[in-house]
Amino acid sequence: MSRIAGCFAALKAAGRKALIPYVTAGDPLPASTVPLLHALVEAGSDILEIGVPFSDPMADGPAIQRSSERALKNGIGLSEVLNIVIQFRKNDSVTPIVLMGYANPIEAMGVEKFVTAAQAAGIDGVIVVDYPPEECAPFVELCRKAGIDTIFLLAPTSTDERIRSVAQAGSGYLYYVSLKGVTGVKSVDAAEVAAQLPKIRAASTLPIGVGFGIKDAESARAISKVADAVIIGSRIVQEIESAGAELAVARVKALIGPIRKALDA
Amino acid sequence: MQMYDLPDARGHFGPYGGVFVAETLSHALDELRDAYQRCRRDPAFMAEFHNELKHYVGRPSPIYHAGRCSAQLGGAQIYLKREDLNHTGAHKINNTIGQALLARHMGKKRVIAETGAGMHGVAAATVAARFGMQCVVYMGSEDVKRQLQNVYRMKLLGAEVVPVESGSRTLKDALNEAMRDWVSNVEDTYYIIGTVAGPHPYPMMVRDFQSVIGEECKLQMPELTGRQPDAVIACVGGGSNAMGIFYPYIGDQNVRLIGVEAAGEGLASGKHAASLCAGTPGVLHGNRTYLLQDANGQITETHSISAGLDYPGVGPEHAWLKDLGRAEYVAVTDDEALKAFNDLCRLEGIIPALESAHAVAYALKLAPSMSKDKILLVNLSGRGDKDMQTVADRMGIKL
Repeated sequence: MSRIAGCFAALKAAGRKALIPYVTAGDPLPASTVPLLHALVEAGSDILEIGVPFSDPMADGPAIQRSSERALKNGIGLSEVLNIVIQFRKNDSVTPIVLMGYANPIEAMGVEKFVTAAQAAGIDGVIVVDYPPEECAPFVELCRKAGIDTIFLLAPTSTDERIRSVAQAGSGYLYYVSLKGVTGVKSVDAAEVAAQLPKIRAASTLPIGVGFGIKDAESARAISKVADAVIIGSRIVQEIESAGAELAVARVKALIGPIRKALDA
Repeated sequence: MQMYDLPDARGHFGPYGGVFVAETLSHALDELRDAYQRCRRDPAFMAEFHNELKHYVGRPSPIYHAGRCSAQLGGAQIYLKREDLNHTGAHKINNTIGQALLARHMGKKRVIAETGAGMHGVAAATVAARFGMQCVVYMGSEDVKRQLQNVYRMKLLGAEVVPVESGSRTLKDALNEAMRDWVSNVEDTYYIIGTVAGPHPYPMMVRDFQSVIGEECKLQMPELTGRQPDAVIACVGGGSNAMGIFYPYIGDQNVRLIGVEAAGEGLASGKHAASLCAGTPGVLHGNRTYLLQDANGQITETHSISAGLDYPGVGPEHAWLKDLGRAEYVAVTDDEALKAFNDLCRLEGIIPALESAHAVAYALKLAPSMSKDKILLVNLSGRGDKDMQTVADRMGIKL
């Protein structure tokens, strides 16, 4: 069983929901990310999504765009992100790690080389935002052989046919984008999400994580009633931006702690 | 060469093209693809398109023999396809008319567009006014500063111009921002992409609408010269004017197809926008194509004196025509383009767009090496009125 599947199985047995935070690697400073990841785990996170900076983050809202720009100025590319994961793994061999980013940095490294390096670094899953299943079959196959889960997005506009193809190519969990738009701009509507999830559950037994627009304990708790995991990205990235490098760890812990509590309440 | 019938059903030209977008856009693109497939086979839709091209755009555009240029060079005869004479002054409107009709067919009341130099933005604002649609144009804040006149033109036409402050604040970032708008407002909004790039069906659809250029040439050249040209030359940024004139000639193996990219300050300087001549394949803006990128796969900033060529990618069909060897791609520098700009002004009384001046510059290079009975057909894709400030600045003249 993969680390991600094991994590969801253990949570299910305990009657708990997964908390999945996102941070952009190398933001605000290259040295910030490893301490931030450990802090997120201490505050009660179950799986970590690490953003790979890209020059043209087409699906992201302003907060994650700015974090990407800061990370790129810090010289953070895909190789540096892999090194950050290697550093993190020295002190944490349990928490599943998912890389999230865009296709071009992976293709520039070479798909096979990336999968080998990701496996060696201890990465458990990948979300490649602009790789729909029909464009990346060889990549999915390479990841499958390396034991890396391929996590795909589903949207409110996804047709039954697309849900089926994503359910077939996906592993680890499914990432349901809770609203139309880019990351972190609007607020999530839990009732709308609840209405959409049954048709996804009918097509797949994978756990469903919901993200885009979850900003606080209240919205996280509402989503956790219907989903298996709550994914929080832009809100954390904003907190890091306003805190700056020195205060980021404390502020992120203070943000995540109450959300964890609300999920377990 | 086998019969050329591309792209495939998912928008691939060989290994290029495709649909590399987030799931949030997949449904909108499926809808667009289906609507376009219906419209392109609908005689009433196509009749309306051609009626607009005739009475609103002013087509067919003439072909002009640049006799004094040709005589001075002493080689091949240079002919110019006069897209600069279209309404709004460039080929861009052929595509925006087609897409606005499609938007109306799909019941969308709001159109959005990205623009670099502003020509596509102006063409989009124009058709939005023509068809009574709301129009929002995304433009990099650097480009807004460089192209104030076009910003004002768009506003006169009733469009809202939104300066984009992310990334390099140029065309590629405007395209990112337009995509973000589209994904957030997908029900009532139609995204008019200005070039043969982006996810399927855009590269095919924009090519189809622009191919009126080449279709006309195939009729006009025999009337004028008794035969088809030996080579067709067009500038390539994203590549829509080039695709429009090349496409009908792809099956004519005797006709060389030559795309001219922006070499900026020279390919060796790194300050250029020549994705095909100096780039490598990758994924950007929804398709796989040649890109200017660094070793980490980050898209690099580009340079050209011509804002319309200042783009780090290129249409995927050009990428495939390059790999097939069916089209040749070369690059000319800012200085060479400026010289051609001046030559065409002085010798023919035509002020070309700086983009089109790149194609003219290569024709001026090539012609002397060919005999006088050879024929070069250059796509003069736009007029240069918009470039007065840029050219004057470059020559140290204050207007």
